[in-house]
Amino acid sequence: MNPLSVVARTVCNLFAWFLAIFGIYVIVHGHLTPGGGFQGGAVVATFMAFLLVAHGGEKMQSWVRKDRFTLMECFGLTLFISAGLLGMSKTFFFNFLAKAGGVFGGVLPIGPNAGALNTSGTIALMNLSVGIEVVGGLSMILLYMFSAAHPQEPMGREESGHDR
Amino acid sequence: MNWLDHLPALMLAVPLFGAFIAPLTAWGGKGLRNAWFLLVSVVFSVLAILLWSRVGAAGPLIYVMGGQGWNIALPSGISIPVRILMEIDAFSAFMVLLGAVASLAGAVFSVAYMDRFSGMEKFVALYFLMVTGMFGMEVTGDFFNFFVFLEISSVASFGLVAFWRDRGEALEAAFKYMLVSSLGAMMVLLAVAFLYSRYNVVNMATLGKVIEWGMVEKTALVLFLTALAMKCGSVPMHMWMPDAYAEAPAGVTCALIAVSQASLYGLFRVCFTIYGAFMGSPVIPWVIIILGILSMFIGVSMAVIQKEVGRLIAYHSVSQVGYMLLGFGVGLLALGDARAMADYGFTALKGGVFHIVNYTMYKGLLFLAAGALFYATGSRNLNEMGGLARRMPKTMVLFMIAAAAIAGLPPFNGFVSKLLIYESSFAVHPILAVFAMVTSVLTLASFVKIFQTAFLGPELKKFAGVKEVPGAMLVGMTVLAVAIIGLSLFPTWSLNNLVEPAAKALMDQTSYIGAVFAAAATGGGL
Repeated sequence: MNPLSVVARTVCNLFAWFLAIFGIYVIVHGHLTPGGGFQGGAVVATFMAFLLVAHGGEKMQSWVRKDRFTLMECFGLTLFISAGLLGMSKTFFFNFLAKAGGVFGGVLPIGPNAGALNTSGTIALMNLSVGIEVVGGLSMILLYMFSAAHPQEPMGREESGHDR
Repeated sequence: MNWLDHLPALMLAVPLFGAFIAPLTAWGGKGLRNAWFLLVSVVFSVLAILLWSRVGAAGPLIYVMGGQGWNIALPSGISIPVRILMEIDAFSAFMVLLGAVASLAGAVFSVAYMDRFSGMEKFVALYFLMVTGMFGMEVTGDFFNFFVFLEISSVASFGLVAFWRDRGEALEAAFKYMLVSSLGAMMVLLAVAFLYSRYNVVNMATLGKVIEWGMVEKTALVLFLTALAMKCGSVPMHMWMPDAYAEAPAGVTCALIAVSQASLYGLFRVCFTIYGAFMGSPVIPWVIIILGILSMFIGVSMAVIQKEVGRLIAYHSVSQVGYMLLGFGVGLLALGDARAMADYGFTALKGGVFHIVNYTMYKGLLFLAAGALFYATGSRNLNEMGGLARRMPKTMVLFMIAAAAIAGLPPFNGFVSKLLIYESSFAVHPILAVFAMVTSVLTLASFVKIFQTAFLGPELKKFAGVKEVPGAMLVGMTVLAVAIIGLSLFPTWSLNNLVEPAAKALMDQTSYIGAVFAAAATGGGL
């Protein structure tokens, strides 16, 4: 995949950041507005898609490291299941942060209101962790899809089989 | 707060946690990854034993995820369970137990078997995800979650079947399995949607309580039956099974067998617990019986002519699933008729349940032994093998145990469960028992064929350098061999403690439903 023209690259460089910020907004406001961890994470991962299209695959390969994405994926998933396990004093996935006053522990008045970011307990935490996981996973899928579409451009030290 | 109350959740949390941490073990090298693989497998096996003994002592358990308390299924003012509910009766606990044993054996075997391949941290992660899906299907009390876990186990197993991606056959097998499984999963989802649109619930116990016999329910039942019979590999939807089982790495196949048994579990949960006595007509039981007969006979006749060890054993899986379908079909036929149930129905159910555990153990062992042959000789073709008895005596003995058990030679466990199925199906129609016996004879014939070709005969020059497989592989096989010998030597104990509670739980629709709604009394519901 060849890099696009300098105009396209500049526009993509600029707008990729807006996409990332919008995606993070969707993740963080998961418990208040439509969307959530998965949707926001997918939006953030388009950051990678933008740059991949604009700059071509080889350049991206030299810019990113795939094990970082694996790390992100594992961190998100572990955070998710830890949030479940920490509720174990009552039940698995018990919302132990809600209304506790600390992180995401705010209390909302009953009745129509605009909502507050610091509420909902583990729901927000789980949105965050799913968001981190999806960003890592989808970015990696995009990179792998690139290397599958261009098998002549080798990617890292991957081989066709698994023989050592 | 007794931590044992949380067993149903831990059953899912432990393998899931194992899967999520597994990719990180790549940084710690091979030793750390193998240690993690074994540690998590041992932990969930121990948890499965604890769960099984707890259900045996206390009856059906429920667990409410995220609730104020694990047993508050119906918070006050709510008449149907709305939270994520898990429900484990003796049949589920039995399935979880044998799934855990098969997965443990597969894991121990894989440590040595997969040693020379890269990408193992992903293998471990997928393996644990598949196991999570299997446990989830067996412990869930909710149809939508059943679908979710079905998808988790399927998607993980596509990856594992295609693990040797340099082999075109493996990719083809995984693709075929993916198409069939996705179709099956969509049918399950559609069936759940039918039931949800009619009753506004997806909870199994509630559905069992309110269900009536109408067009919508019939459609849903047919969809469930087709999809789950497809997933457990019954003829005519068996075509994915030989490919997937033969191409997946042997340790994976061992666990994959237990995963396909989870679909069988789902099928009988639907038939017995949800529809149960409402089944009205004998059409569905007869459909299951005929599927069973077809699977038995076609599976075994396809098996005898195979040349590849893996494919031969995989076709036997089709025929063995037929036995279980026959047993459960006969049991379902007798459901609702107390006299027929006492006469032959309960025997058939016991036979079916006993055959599930026997099948999982010996079939797993057979696949591991086939994997050991492949590991040692580098060949899958029976025509190229011969005279391995002197080179691999331990593998030979383990293979012999499994082959004798699957052929139903007394005193092995296969004999007991097959006898129970013959006896009870004879009471329905003698021709059923005849088919079952002919299948058994052909099974014996094809295992004599493998044994004779691979192990007996003069030593071949090209196998002069073949050595016995590494210790970890032998240990993995021994886990299953010990289970087989235990079930064979103590048939009365296994029937009374392992099989009968599970068969009774399957018949006992009221206590499955009661476990959810009885909790309402203490939780202040309704």
